[in-house]
Amino acid sequence: MSITLLIVQVLNGLQLGLLLFLIAAGLTLVFGVMNFINLAHGVQYMLGAYLAVMFYPGTGNFLAALALALAASLALGLVLEFAVLRHLYDRDHLDQVIATFGIILFLNQGVKFIWGAAPLSLPIPEMFSGSLALMPGLLYPVWRLVIIAAGLATAAALYGVVAYTRVGMLVRAGASNAGMVSALGVDIRRLFMIVFGFGTMLAGFAGIMIAPILSVEPGMGDTILILAFVVIVIGGIGSIRGAFLAALLIGLVDTLGRSFAVDILRLVMAPSPARTVGPAIASMLIYLLMALVLYVRPAGLFPVKGR
Amino acid sequence: MPSGRHFAFADRLRTSSGAELTPILIFAALALLPAAAALAGQGHLISLFMRVMIFAIAALGLDLIVGYGALVSFGHAAFVGLGAYAVGILAAHGINDGFLALAAALLVTTLFAIATGIVSLRTEGVYFIMITLAFGQMAYFTASSLAPYGGDDGLTIHVRNTALGFDLLRHDQALYYVVLASLVGSYLLCRALVASRFGRVFRGARENRIRVETMGFDVFRFQLVAYAISGALGGLSGFLLANATNFVSPAYMSWHRSGELIIMVLLGGMGRLHGAIIGAAAFLLLEQWLSDLTEHWKMIFGPFLVLVVVFARGGLIGLAGELSRKLRRG
Amino acid sequence: MRVEALCKRFGGLIATDEVTFDVQSGELHAVIGPNGAGKTTLINQICGLIAPDAGRIIFAGTDITAMPAHARAALGLARSFQITSILPEFSVLENVALAVQARSGTSFRFFGRVDAEEALNAPALAALAEAGLESRAGVAARHLSHGERRALEVAIALALKPRLLLLDEPMAGAGHEETERLIVMLSRLKGRFPMVLVEHDMRAVFALADRISVLLYGRILASGTPELVRNHPQVIAAYLGTGME
Repeated sequence: MSITLLIVQVLNGLQLGLLLFLIAAGLTLVFGVMNFINLAHGVQYMLGAYLAVMFYPGTGNFLAALALALAASLALGLVLEFAVLRHLYDRDHLDQVIATFGIILFLNQGVKFIWGAAPLSLPIPEMFSGSLALMPGLLYPVWRLVIIAAGLATAAALYGVVAYTRVGMLVRAGASNAGMVSALGVDIRRLFMIVFGFGTMLAGFAGIMIAPILSVEPGMGDTILILAFVVIVIGGIGSIRGAFLAALLIGLVDTLGRSFAVDILRLVMAPSPARTVGPAIASMLIYLLMALVLYVRPAGLFPVKGR
Repeated sequence: MPSGRHFAFADRLRTSSGAELTPILIFAALALLPAAAALAGQGHLISLFMRVMIFAIAALGLDLIVGYGALVSFGHAAFVGLGAYAVGILAAHGINDGFLALAAALLVTTLFAIATGIVSLRTEGVYFIMITLAFGQMAYFTASSLAPYGGDDGLTIHVRNTALGFDLLRHDQALYYVVLASLVGSYLLCRALVASRFGRVFRGARENRIRVETMGFDVFRFQLVAYAISGALGGLSGFLLANATNFVSPAYMSWHRSGELIIMVLLGGMGRLHGAIIGAAAFLLLEQWLSDLTEHWKMIFGPFLVLVVVFARGGLIGLAGELSRKLRRG
Repeated sequence: MRVEALCKRFGGLIATDEVTFDVQSGELHAVIGPNGAGKTTLINQICGLIAPDAGRIIFAGTDITAMPAHARAALGLARSFQITSILPEFSVLENVALAVQARSGTSFRFFGRVDAEEALNAPALAALAEAGLESRAGVAARHLSHGERRALEVAIALALKPRLLLLDEPMAGAGHEETERLIVMLSRLKGRFPMVLVEHDMRAVFALADRISVLLYGRILASGTPELVRNHPQVIAAYLGTGME
């Protein structure tokens, strides 16, 4: 186990964590402010990727494709909110789970219908392709560094908005007690739409950013959705700070766990069982972590609910 | 009705006692199906309805905790998978006796339910949903990594379980009736449970947990027992599934399957028990029919689910009830 | 029951400050005080929904301070809630029958229709009769009026065969007639078992209480017979005022 490998995996973990944060932030806000479980958040991530792939050939320019895809992502999200999700806000969580599950089925199949089932890809923009030598002997892909930077920038911007602007204050208040905010005269429907639209854009943004290095295929949102839910549950629903910390934690635990599980297990058992048990434990690691956190803190690390 | 005094119990009970005919009709129809299918030359329906009944058993177990206890478990498929793997793993070691396999399936699932229930039942709401999902995923990943038992690809079971040495289940017809008997048995068990002292406390805890606790009931224990029974029913379903398909794979435990089980319960109508059976039938038959129509059937099924949720509260039973009310009036 | 030096803080707020009082068998001990004095917090600590920071609670000869709520209820500590707490989808009868069930042996019985158990239904009907609700037995509890729900709360508490009954503001939100009915009902129950009555309605308190304790900012200001409390200068200054009967 070399130091280089460790650093690379830590950076990969950070990158995954920040990606997860982009998705989890929208999810936790929607759930926190609107008390709405949105399983369709994962397909919004997927749609972002597909939209970027769609707009790229026409513009030949990643930035333009990014802008168009973000706008389209937001538009589609708002259409979804208006047409379907709006009718579910007052329903119980079970109904929301099933309805948004139905949306997942529809959209996963929908992209297969439009773009086919074969994985698609997007080229990394010229100036960010290639690798950077962070240390002698340590080459790291520039694009992943871009993702990390973009993630941190978004986190900082989000923090700024939530902590220092009026809208942000309303969002924080809404996450704590939406009924009270409404009773104080705030148009709660508009607030919901803003929150939802924003969350959708964040998810789409994550999808767009990951498209150059991951294959874009139907169902790519499903696994990341589960991870995102694990993040918000551990972080505490409604808490952006919780989502940030939990996302980094999960990103690191999952990445480092998968890379080094077998090696760590080899310290205590023979190579052959370690090779069998290792990957299994690595996949389960974040769920074990979540179970542990929920056992000790049944409402997550930074619960926001004032209700 | 109890001791000559007729009390109009709360609306829900009233409608279900009036609809007691429905389950009998369902079971009668299921019993006659093999003969009818053979006559009509539609032999393949036997295995289709066998699947329906098998998933109906799992859905029954889920309805018990979701419909009557408001415990939305997103990891129920794990019990089905564990039951199936009990059969598969024993078969891989040459043990084919049905009673042993069933006992193993029930034991494993009950223990898993108790172990995970102890942790999960400390949470509520969406946290409960997530943690049951997590445990389901853990089971899934464990099964995927069991290389000696097929890992990701699954395990073929060459011979169905035998009963006391007799190769009873070899023919689909025989297995069909074993499954039907299991379904009827499971249904009666759940009915008795819901109407019992235990059931009343469990249902009450859904209405108002604090009130029930301050009456002196340790709600956690009641929920744990219900969760264990629900898991065991899932295990029974898995045992039958492994025998019916001669195959076992981690996919039986995926969270998609857990989602499908929840859909079955909701589709039929939660908290009505026979609703779980109707829901399983509706789901699987619809899936079969739509996938025959087009490969993109999920694009129809998805919106259908959304429509059911938004407009048909109470599932198909609720819809049927409303329709019959409208017909009676008009 | 005896409460000794009970303390509870929520951050900077001292909700319960060295509260000590006792309830004699057969007496109705009222706890009064302005809003925010900590009355509901006190009740919640006695019945086990909140854990105190310090102090002891002795009931039926046992130290119940560390016991969970359901265990205290099983010992005979019954309570009614300020915000009516019933099972809305259950029928009125079933609400009370469940309470009877809590006192009738094990509920880990999985077979046998519980709604046919006369051993549960008969005492339940009796409790409903005491509360004046027997004509509403088959109705779903959510259809009850506010006053009827209050009565149902009392019926549930009765069915629990309490050895101590905690009543958390039973008159809250009740109209004049309902309050009268509740006062009559409670005075009929007096003497059967000790009761702690937390209440704002002074008419009810002075009509029913054997002893009164006054709570102010989490502390017991005065404790004694109604006469004593009525004439206690500090109590008058802080709470009762001079215009009361």
